[in-house]
Amino acid sequence: MPFADKYVAKATTIASRLLGEETIIMSTLDSTLFSLNPTGSVIWENADGQTLLSRIVDEKVCTEFDITPEQARADAEEFVGQLAEHGILVVSDQPILQ
Amino acid sequence: MSLLDEMNQKASALGIPLSAHLDITWRCNERCVHCYLDHDLKGEMSTEEIKGVLKQLANTGTFFLSISGGEPLLRRDCFEILEYARSLRFNVKLKTNAVMIGPKEAQRLKDLGIEQIQISVYSHRPEIHDAITKLPGSLKRTLDAIRRMTAIGLKVSITNVLMKHNVTDGRHVQKLAKELGVSFVIDPTITPMLNGDRSILSLGLSGKELEEVFRTEELVGNVGEYCAPSTAPDEDDLDGHSCSAGHTLAYISPFGDVYPCVQFPMPCGNLRTQTFHDIWYGSSALNELRSVTLRDLPTCSSCNHVASCSRCPGLAYMEGNMRGPSTADCEKSYARTGVPSANMLLKKSLPPMHNLVQISMPA
Repeated sequence: MPFADKYVAKATTIASRLLGEETIIMSTLDSTLFSLNPTGSVIWENADGQTLLSRIVDEKVCTEFDITPEQARADAEEFVGQLAEHGILVVSDQPILQ
Repeated sequence: MSLLDEMNQKASALGIPLSAHLDITWRCNERCVHCYLDHDLKGEMSTEEIKGVLKQLANTGTFFLSISGGEPLLRRDCFEILEYARSLRFNVKLKTNAVMIGPKEAQRLKDLGIEQIQISVYSHRPEIHDAITKLPGSLKRTLDAIRRMTAIGLKVSITNVLMKHNVTDGRHVQKLAKELGVSFVIDPTITPMLNGDRSILSLGLSGKELEEVFRTEELVGNVGEYCAPSTAPDEDDLDGHSCSAGHTLAYISPFGDVYPCVQFPMPCGNLRTQTFHDIWYGSSALNELRSVTLRDLPTCSSCNHVASCSRCPGLAYMEGNMRGPSTADCEKSYARTGVPSANMLLKKSLPPMHNLVQISMPA
């Protein structure tokens, strides 16, 4: 099942802050530092565990940025995959309570 | 440039206080001989006041948060404050002497995702460390807590403040840190008390002792490189600032006072009567500080060391002028390189002290 049909939430083992239009994230597990661009920041800000990734992309990313829905979904899939691999984003079939 | 450097540069350009140091109490269970705080001041912010401050800091963009004191664990609500800070997704470091950290406290810190625990260890010898903290048994309790924390994966950093009492112990504490598997920082700076009392400066190292420390390879790495005379500053250096205080760093006292840094007690406002946003962006004192570049410093701008000096504007402020030299840093630059600072040369050119006044009596 693609990530688009899943719920995404920020892991509790991170620190993060919006810096201008970018987001800085640090894993408290290994102190790895990440920087998200404005598009990634929109997905991150809306990763509340209660909203499907596809809805975040359609309602937030596509409305704020000049990008086709197909491209936005493909980028979001890759983005979520990368963050989930590093353990800073949690992905689930069910809404995530935090 | 590292990602962290890029973040700091961006925060500076945007005027964001990326880092904040919050003392939640000045009370302490130790009485370190060199401490710059008044432990008996009353009127600490309440739990709710501190939570309000944290919320404001998060909204203003602060990411790195140091919770400190005094001994922060003396507050019964310390863990409630830490938990709230983490819920706001701060990167939290805790400065503590660790003597109150047992197994439960260590696990709680781990579960909260505290980034680092920063602890002062003055000596590997109990009789020296305990004489400095004036708390019998404190070295053993601190080291027990460090072992407890590292065993469960908490990151710990030891700071070794060097003074006359422990001048020969730096290498031994460094070795101890290695054995414990924690990072190690050496700090040869004693600062005046925040109330202006400068008597504790007499505890600091002499010029000769500083020279010895700076020529100890184990402590500084490549001595030749570390002690090399400074290169001439370029235009970018002169357009820069001494440090991040007031630019991307704010200090908040337990009483809500805002300063540029804990070592820079220039009053900028109080969070009981003003918002952090209004103080950070509206304080005339902070805006004046931000306007000062190295080029504007009357003595230091012409100094050989200006590009590499650790000049602390807060220590200069405590000497009477934030644009002036910080004598402690002049001494460090001189001990490191053997080249006198502009401030030292200026002082030598002053008339001798016995000619303070000339009096001509009428005939």
